[in-house]
Amino acid sequence: MWSFFHKLGSPPWLYGISGSILRWLLPLTLLALATGLVWGVLFTAPDFRQGNSYRIIYIHVPAAVVALAGYYVMALAGAVNLIWKMKMADVAMKAAAPIGAALTFIALLTGAIWGKPTWGTWWVWDARITSMLILLFLYLGVVALYEAFDNKEAAGKACAVLSLVGMVNIPIIYKSVDWWYSLHQPASIKFTGESTIDPSMLYPLLLMIGAFYALFTCCLLMNMRAELLQRESRTNWVRKLAQSEGGG
Amino acid sequence: MYFQSLNDLLYMDGHGAFVWTAYIITIAVIAVILVVPLRRQRGFLRQLAGELRRQQGAASSPGDN
Amino acid sequence: MTAPGPFAFGLRLLRRQLLLAVRRPIEIGNPLLFFAMVVALFPLGLGPAPGQLATFAPGILWIIALLSNLLTSDAVFRSDFDDGSLEQLLLSPQPLYLSVLAYIAAHWLITGLLLALVSPLFALMLNLPGAAIGSLVASLLLGTAVLSLLGGIGAALTVGLKRGGMLISLLILPLYMPVLIFGSAAVKAAVTGAPVGPYLALLGAMLSLAIALAPMAIAAGLRISIDA
Repeated sequence: MWSFFHKLGSPPWLYGISGSILRWLLPLTLLALATGLVWGVLFTAPDFRQGNSYRIIYIHVPAAVVALAGYYVMALAGAVNLIWKMKMADVAMKAAAPIGAALTFIALLTGAIWGKPTWGTWWVWDARITSMLILLFLYLGVVALYEAFDNKEAAGKACAVLSLVGMVNIPIIYKSVDWWYSLHQPASIKFTGESTIDPSMLYPLLLMIGAFYALFTCCLLMNMRAELLQRESRTNWVRKLAQSEGGG
Repeated sequence: MYFQSLNDLLYMDGHGAFVWTAYIITIAVIAVILVVPLRRQRGFLRQLAGELRRQQGAASSPGDN
Repeated sequence: MTAPGPFAFGLRLLRRQLLLAVRRPIEIGNPLLFFAMVVALFPLGLGPAPGQLATFAPGILWIIALLSNLLTSDAVFRSDFDDGSLEQLLLSPQPLYLSVLAYIAAHWLITGLLLALVSPLFALMLNLPGAAIGSLVASLLLGTAVLSLLGGIGAALTVGLKRGGMLISLLILPLYMPVLIFGSAAVKAAVTGAPVGPYLALLGAMLSLAIALAPMAIAAGLRISIDA
């Protein structure tokens, strides 16, 4: 069992195995995304109250869910680096940050676009959108902190501390914003509709959520591979790789 | 298939602009986060290969004198 | 000569920080001056109508307190980092947890506490109903303590950076938001006559959590910054 962790800390092994995983995961992800999108757009009936604009749910909700999960991945990777000084965990943390930020951005954008036909305005300070906005700030803070340090090892540790602080705060922030919004909420439609969602709408949604998780994993592995190469550029295995693959 | 025609699909009872904008921007962002690391990896390998070739070239052909 | 125990050491640190601050009274006065001037900005921007100001007064007062805290947080560890005393502190045998609390307590005493005590004056300038002033002071006392602790985290992480500046604001503003939500809610509740207790209790809970956890993050941040 320990040999597994030992291997996990070995850059060439990680590079190799992530390549093998990506070879099947990437096509699978693209297939799942395409299937989910087509299913959601073409093969589901429009919502009773919101009409066709509710179809945005098939990207908004998965993006939001994975953006939040991604932050926890980032924070936990950072913690592993802090506690056990595992450099591969540091690479994972750095790789996760921009992906999470991009997904949060998608969630915010699609949320705003969804709000316009539903509520008449481009931006509504409701609990979920506001929490998403704060999540974006948390992600961008981590990215900014990393860039500010010259010493990249210290940068990784500082970002690990920051992400952990953010991780502890996310439930507090969400609960506060939720409460704050309920205080001011006009008696109108709830954002994502009833909790009892029709099965015909639920399945494509679940597929899309799975697809987004797979997408996050693919991007994480790809980012990690690129980062590994740069960090280990002076080693033999990278040089051999460049000579065999980089020519031309 | 819920929609009767391509026109229906694009227009979506007035919501088409919103739905399609959201979908297109999302697909664009997804494409970016997939392509950027790939290019970074390939570009780095290519650059490193070039450097190594140059170093080898310099080593195997020592200048005159 | 034996080394002082952790509490005695912490108290000495606290006294030292307060002495240093008192020797430069302008640094204590600056945040208060900032508070006063920004209070003036709001009527200038929003219009002097008393009813309107009164409606927004709880939020305005809280936001300004938050911003004042943000501005002063950066300096908590900086001067000691620059002259090397922070490094000495990290080498000392006393646990960093209490020493860090001493720094933050000093910061709160010269910023948050004073702000809370002076706030009734500004509340009157913004036409906050008199009944709410008590809750304003109470919420500020509790809330600024949390803000100082959170600000300390940002300060510890950025103290070694040359181009720190705005970065600390980016890092801690998201963390400040729940405090703002409940702080201003407490004052608004007092304005409408609703019970203020629950909000103050929530702020107290946040403070307890912050006192328990923040010093650990601050200590970790200081170690990272010094090692960098």
